[in-house]
Amino acid sequence: MNTAAASLTVVETGPLTTVQDAGRFGQGALGIGRSGACDRAAYRLANRLVGNDDGSAVLEVTFGSLVLRADGDVVLATTGARCAGTPHNAPLTLAAGEQLALGAPVTGARTYVAVRGGIDVPRVLGSRSTDLLAGLGPDVLAAGDRLPVGHSVCQMPGVDVAAVPEPEAGELVVQVQPGPRRDWFTDDAWASLLNQHYTVTAQSNRVGLRLDGVPLERTSTRELPSEGMVRGALQIPSSGTPVLFLADHPVTGGYPVVGYVVDRDVDRCGQLRTGQTLRFTTRQLGP
Amino acid sequence: MRVLPSGSAALLVELDDLDQVLALYAALCVERPAGVIDIVPAARTVLLVIDPAETDLAEVGRAVRQTRPRPNRRAAGELVEVPVTYDGEDLDEVGSLLGCDADEVARRHTGEEWTVAFCGFAPGFGYLTGASGGWDVARRSSPRTAVPPGSVALAGEFSAVYPRASPGGWQLIGRTELAVFDLQRDPPALLRPGTPVRFVDVGRS
Repeated sequence: MNTAAASLTVVETGPLTTVQDAGRFGQGALGIGRSGACDRAAYRLANRLVGNDDGSAVLEVTFGSLVLRADGDVVLATTGARCAGTPHNAPLTLAAGEQLALGAPVTGARTYVAVRGGIDVPRVLGSRSTDLLAGLGPDVLAAGDRLPVGHSVCQMPGVDVAAVPEPEAGELVVQVQPGPRRDWFTDDAWASLLNQHYTVTAQSNRVGLRLDGVPLERTSTRELPSEGMVRGALQIPSSGTPVLFLADHPVTGGYPVVGYVVDRDVDRCGQLRTGQTLRFTTRQLGP
Repeated sequence: MRVLPSGSAALLVELDDLDQVLALYAALCVERPAGVIDIVPAARTVLLVIDPAETDLAEVGRAVRQTRPRPNRRAAGELVEVPVTYDGEDLDEVGSLLGCDADEVARRHTGEEWTVAFCGFAPGFGYLTGASGGWDVARRSSPRTAVPPGSVALAGEFSAVYPRASPGGWQLIGRTELAVFDLQRDPPALLRPGTPVRFVDVGRS
């Protein structure tokens, strides 16, 4: 393989494809959120499969249908939502001129495409992530874009296929803990949160999942001074139905956070589609 | 000080007022507990985000309780002058809330010594507090879906400049041509915590 920097050309983008990495750290006090991949576990795996450094940038493909052309020989891997028409959770090689064509995902919403060397677009405030809420980072991908590929100094891992569970197809159950404003809600409201089968609505995006269900009753109608939050927050606006914050959530919010989905379960929430149901439990799940 | 749970990777510390928030924030910036990857001050709270691989919430909670606040809240950095045309859509409404006319709102706003207390909401959105402490302006009962960039606004005890177009519930009193957040500048945010600010009336054109 020659040493000239490789690149990938975007032939088709599907509904939404962005560049993502681990996000922008430590700038919350300037109003700048972390952003980064919605499903961090799938993002990390994608980089490992092609022997990239942990923080390398990948593509986050929402609902598949991305077509890429290799402008030189490249090693790729897809993780997260499995798309028809390509190997998954496994490294694959494209020769110059060959294409990767993702079909529709079988389950889940977001597929990660890592390339050995990483997507080498310029960093903005320390990260290559596109923050759709804040309007920071690279533009959303468009057909015809040429994505520079960096060089990797790490060894290939020698893995054929990584054994990881597929995103949930039916109802997802995640662990929730009481949040900072649990006491702004009645005990009945907390019980209701744990008993409902919430539906993911079409207004959901990288900022958060807007859930449909029976509104939760507050004990107080006072105004909350805005306060900092992280992903996994279950914020209850005046409608009474939760917004579950994902990667591009605002740094501060002015509605009470009744609970938090534990951090490791947020990745799986980032794979939910419109119409899927979500249930919250206080029990610890899995190992 | 109340330490409130905020999931498996953060703690929210609630304090009595903004002065206490800034004193604790100042101390935490100097002596940041190990494993804390972000600190976000707000009106009554300080959020500490941790790396769970490096520390745990109990440890950080202990460290915060042992932190001695640094209460001398001094302005830091050079004065930023913000040129404003006072023709905001809510200027008369603000006047009636403050018991004066529109011209007097502009006079008070330009006469005030403002300081950026903290940032949030959006990149470069600074919450400014006035030295006189005499500001208390209710938010609009229904937020606007689109506030133009450069809008100069009031809400509660705070004033702000909207860095970019966004929804917003603050009362709009004017507009500025000054870009308060510009990625071509280093650092991009003009209004950082501690920055002293003065608004200058440039008249209506």
